Amino acid sequence: MRGAASTLRAELVGLAGVVERNVYLVKRYIWWDLAFFVWTVANTLTIVFIAEGVEAAGGQIDVERTTTILLIGAVIWAYLGIIFEVLTETVAWERWEGTIEYTFMAPLTRPMHLAGMGLFAIGYGLVRAVLLFGVVAAFFDLEMPQASFAAALVVLTIASISFVGIGMMTAVLPLISPEKGTQLGFVAQGILLVVSGVYYPVSVLPEWMQWLAVVSPATYALEGTRDAILEGAGLAELWDEIWPLLVIGAISIPVGLEVFRRGERYAKRHGKLKRSG
Amino acid sequence: MTQAVEVTALRKEFLRRDGRRLRRRRVAALKDVSLTIERGECVAILGQNGSGKSTLVRLLSTLLLHDGGSARVFGHDVFADPRAVRRLVNRVSVEAAFFKKMSSAENLAYAARFYGMTPRETSGRIPEILERVGFPTDRRGESMENLSRGMQQKVALARALLTAPVLLLLDEPTTGLDPRSKLEVQEFIREMRRTHDATVLLCTHDLSEAELLADRIGILDRGELLCLDTPEAVKRRYRAATLEEAFLAATGRAFEEEEDDEEADDD
Repeated sequence: MRGAASTLRAELVGLAGVVERNVYLVKRYIWWDLAFFVWTVANTLTIVFIAEGVEAAGGQIDVERTTTILLIGAVIWAYLGIIFEVLTETVAWERWEGTIEYTFMAPLTRPMHLAGMGLFAIGYGLVRAVLLFGVVAAFFDLEMPQASFAAALVVLTIASISFVGIGMMTAVLPLISPEKGTQLGFVAQGILLVVSGVYYPVSVLPEWMQWLAVVSPATYALEGTRDAILEGAGLAELWDEIWPLLVIGAISIPVGLEVFRRGERYAKRHGKLKRSG
Repeated sequence: MTQAVEVTALRKEFLRRDGRRLRRRRVAALKDVSLTIERGECVAILGQNGSGKSTLVRLLSTLLLHDGGSARVFGHDVFADPRAVRRLVNRVSVEAAFFKKMSSAENLAYAARFYGMTPRETSGRIPEILERVGFPTDRRGESMENLSRGMQQKVALARALLTAPVLLLLDEPTTGLDPRSKLEVQEFIREMRRTHDATVLLCTHDLSEAELLADRIGILDRGELLCLDTPEAVKRRYRAATLEEAFLAATGRAFEEEEDDEEADDD
């Protein structure tokens, strides 16, 4: 019993250490982070301006509502990008620095290591997402009088469990291909969002894509946040989005861990941990 | 009594592509290597680049999976019970790998957390250990990228010692260091053995370093361990006056000639 408690304590210290290290790195690269944030804002603006562009071209749309829908899609795209990027850095950054062997030969279990990365990714991603949403909403002077921002944040946090599970699967890619693995993570992010109706309703997709939307956590994250922000839906009304997210999360985390475990074994069998780049 | 390291017929192969051909061949990095290291002993393994030294260290560090044979560290099976082994082992390699933008103290804290050491434990221990390896304490907050290679290697030693390993795996720890830093690192390894009762496996291609530090010396050539004995016995065995001559007699090649690195699969 005492041994188990001591092991659990050591694991939690390790998990906190992963978060601590990421905080150090954010502090050291703060100006770069700021530059990337500016880029994300610019990127989001190019998407959100589409609503005004359609109206200017003679289209009959509710500009305020469409702008908000596009903004929600762009913010979730950026958020998912951060989750995948941080988790992919579990391998990619450590490999680049050459520290990966020291990290992987330490006694901290891989699930706790990845949980630390996931925890940081969620916290850091939510801060960035809230800032991005606030800056762009202020730019367009969006009012959103009914919005239930707390409910939207809860939905996004629950969706993050699934996103982290999928992120664990993409995190293993740099172990298999140091040169191209990280970019494959972007492919996963794009596919996940395109089938989930990132800027449009899922109903406009071909039927086979709609089937994929059913199992994509991003579908429920997008629907839930839209309902919370546009219609002011509370948590009780969002249950139809929350329960699938919980189910997908409960499946994707163990699957993600297993995929990572297999990738790590592959790297250890073929001597791929040590290479930098 | 349990031995510190017990390696029996250990084998590791990698796949390598043959020129322009699509087929890949299996290349043996370690061929049925057997050795034992007693608790508190320092064993040096001599070999050229690509001889299998780093593969041996990586296998004992749980960073590679084997293709045959067995390895035990203080009685724990390296491949069946890697977590138990990880608590006992630490390593210093030729590259002092760190998060370069982070300071030495931050890098050490990160490494220590993976071994379950809390901020309270490391707040006193990190300055103490940095001082012990001769690292100027007033530079603790500086980014690693601003430190010289010798300084970085001292921090690498501190990282390994912070977790109080009972088995220290040293993979060319002084390669590329200036003479003074090299002497300091060697003195520190001796001190570790004296004060900490650490067992040391030193892989090197520095013959004088091996003779200076090790109780026994092994010659590893193309994945085969040709001998493992005291420096004097190795020289006697090959009727050589120096270790360099012994190496030449054992392998048929001069020590400076290099082999290809065989320690990863080709893509």
